[in-house]
Amino acid sequence: MKIYVPRDAAAKALGAERVVKAIEAEIAERGIDATIVRNGTRGMIWLEPLVEIETSEGRVGYGPVTPADVKAIFEGDSDKALGNVEEIPFFAQQNRLTFARVGKTDPLSMADYEAHGGLSGLRRALTLTGDQLIDEMKTSGLRGRGGAGFPTGIKWDTVRRAQAEQKYIVCNADEGDSGTFADRMIMEGDPFTLIEGMVIAGLTVGATKGYVYIRSEYPDAIEVMSAACAIARDHGLLGNVMGSGNSFDIEVRVGAGAYVCGEETSLLNSLEGKRGTVRAKPPLPALQGFMGRPTVVNNVISLATVPVIFEKGGQHYADFGLGRSKGTMPIQIAGNVKFGGLFETAFGMPLGDLVNKIGGGTASGRPVKAVQVGGPLGAYMPVSKFDTPFGYEEFDGQGGLIGHAGIVVFDDTADMLGMARFAMEFCAVESCGKCTPCRIGAVRGVETIDRIAQGDGEAVELLTDLCETMKDGSLCALGGFTPYPVMSALQNFPEEFAGVKEAAE
Amino acid sequence: MNVVTPLPSQDDIKDIIARHSQLEGPLLPILHDIQSQFGHVPQMAVQVLADALNIGRAEVHGVISFYHDFRDAPAGRHVVKICRAEACQSVGANALADHALNKLGGEWHMTTPNGNITVEPVYCLGLCACGPAVMVDGQLEGRVDNERIDEILTECGA
Repeated sequence: MKIYVPRDAAAKALGAERVVKAIEAEIAERGIDATIVRNGTRGMIWLEPLVEIETSEGRVGYGPVTPADVKAIFEGDSDKALGNVEEIPFFAQQNRLTFARVGKTDPLSMADYEAHGGLSGLRRALTLTGDQLIDEMKTSGLRGRGGAGFPTGIKWDTVRRAQAEQKYIVCNADEGDSGTFADRMIMEGDPFTLIEGMVIAGLTVGATKGYVYIRSEYPDAIEVMSAACAIARDHGLLGNVMGSGNSFDIEVRVGAGAYVCGEETSLLNSLEGKRGTVRAKPPLPALQGFMGRPTVVNNVISLATVPVIFEKGGQHYADFGLGRSKGTMPIQIAGNVKFGGLFETAFGMPLGDLVNKIGGGTASGRPVKAVQVGGPLGAYMPVSKFDTPFGYEEFDGQGGLIGHAGIVVFDDTADMLGMARFAMEFCAVESCGKCTPCRIGAVRGVETIDRIAQGDGEAVELLTDLCETMKDGSLCALGGFTPYPVMSALQNFPEEFAGVKEAAE
Repeated sequence: MNVVTPLPSQDDIKDIIARHSQLEGPLLPILHDIQSQFGHVPQMAVQVLADALNIGRAEVHGVISFYHDFRDAPAGRHVVKICRAEACQSVGANALADHALNKLGGEWHMTTPNGNITVEPVYCLGLCACGPAVMVDGQLEGRVDNERIDEILTECGA
């Protein structure tokens, strides 16, 4: 008997460890032969801890499970029974490519990984020439999943063509955007796919060393990734790659609580042991990155998607999606939402469907007021823009961005002026201080919003002007995109910025 | 729980540096190690680090002070981090934080007079579909309400 209880941080935060203890006690009491597998999460966070039992009809789920539910599960009369987990509509409607194994397998079992398609992408990649590897990536249409959406194949080609003694693959796992947890989920649920993706990237561009820079707020991800790298070394995935004579190794590095280090140049400075300040571009990191050498800096999801591209072919991947947004996106539905979690689907689904049909509306049961898409630097999208299809250009056209594809749902009690103020406050706290529009602008932004809150209607124009300056004059997306949440709140909910004085008149 | 450790000696710092000497850009791993062993990065470490890594003291100080994680003095025996990011705000994190801070009678970054608890804001723990989230001495917890935070604070010796 095989019982699955996720080791994912969200499952643990909701009591998975206590459930494991109760199951162990129950197994001992009954004297049955059963093993507990600590899988990743299926991504249906409202059902966590989601316990699964392997049966002849597939894996049957129970959730959300508390220790008190365990006895009934073994008796077979639990009211938490969900039936076959993969037939739950939230799960069944997805196109899981990047997340195909997450939740199914034991994240630290190489045998399980291979049994579910792992390493076949790398095996195929090892038979291809450099040009063929780049072509496959370009065909896939994969764009940077960290938020910028830059074509991954073109970035890799730049690094591949650069001449240097040493090149690097740096994985940006500094997933600081609120509303996003896809990087965490894949590192905790299928770490080998990230390792395999980095190895293929190394083969393609001629890099022999990789770094995974994980934020310190993710202790579980750090633990699983570190363990996975050691296992990968033992199995010859790292080191002398699959005995091919190509060398590649990975080191896990831990951030230190600076949001701005999710910006690639600031991450590189941090990795070098410096203050995490932003570097001016050019030079591009592709040419002068880590230690001044050619470096691929990619997000976790971009790199973790590489194995499936090589396993199934770039064209297979590109056949999903919409327009120039090819493939699938792991969309994270979060905040005040009934069915929160990770939903991987082809680009193109309207925002409103994600929020209402998939997410089931708010958890509070109140009407949706706005959703913030793309993290703290993303715009607040009002319900009137819910027909916007989920894609890079489509959101850009509506004054928003998809970023790392986190959707945070707010109900009608949300204070939009307060959220705009928070965006400026966050920028002030996290600014690296290198450029003036961000360092000073964010502080002035908080003050200006406070003036508006006190009824100074004239400050609205000042805020608008300040946002223009930050947008045009900042060195990176922190200062440059903070105007998105601020201006979208102001433009979509102007009545909340009318000020108490005018409201009283 | 943070165990009270004696201040490191110069040799303690040099030992930690030596463990990381083969790394490219070793400063952050070194600082993390010093902090995990001694609860903070003491002032005396700055000169040792500067000498060992052949950089200026100002540069070492600049790095330590840049990152939210590094402390120049030990925290309370327990560190309670409450998420302030948007997803948690959408499910009541502001009210939860106000409740906790009111109960302890202080502001963010406060340490209780008995030295038992330090409260800090954190901007996202990746538990955005099960907020409000907190981290207590490195352990995560989701869907925390006023009642639960009261229990946590009591357990930590508020």
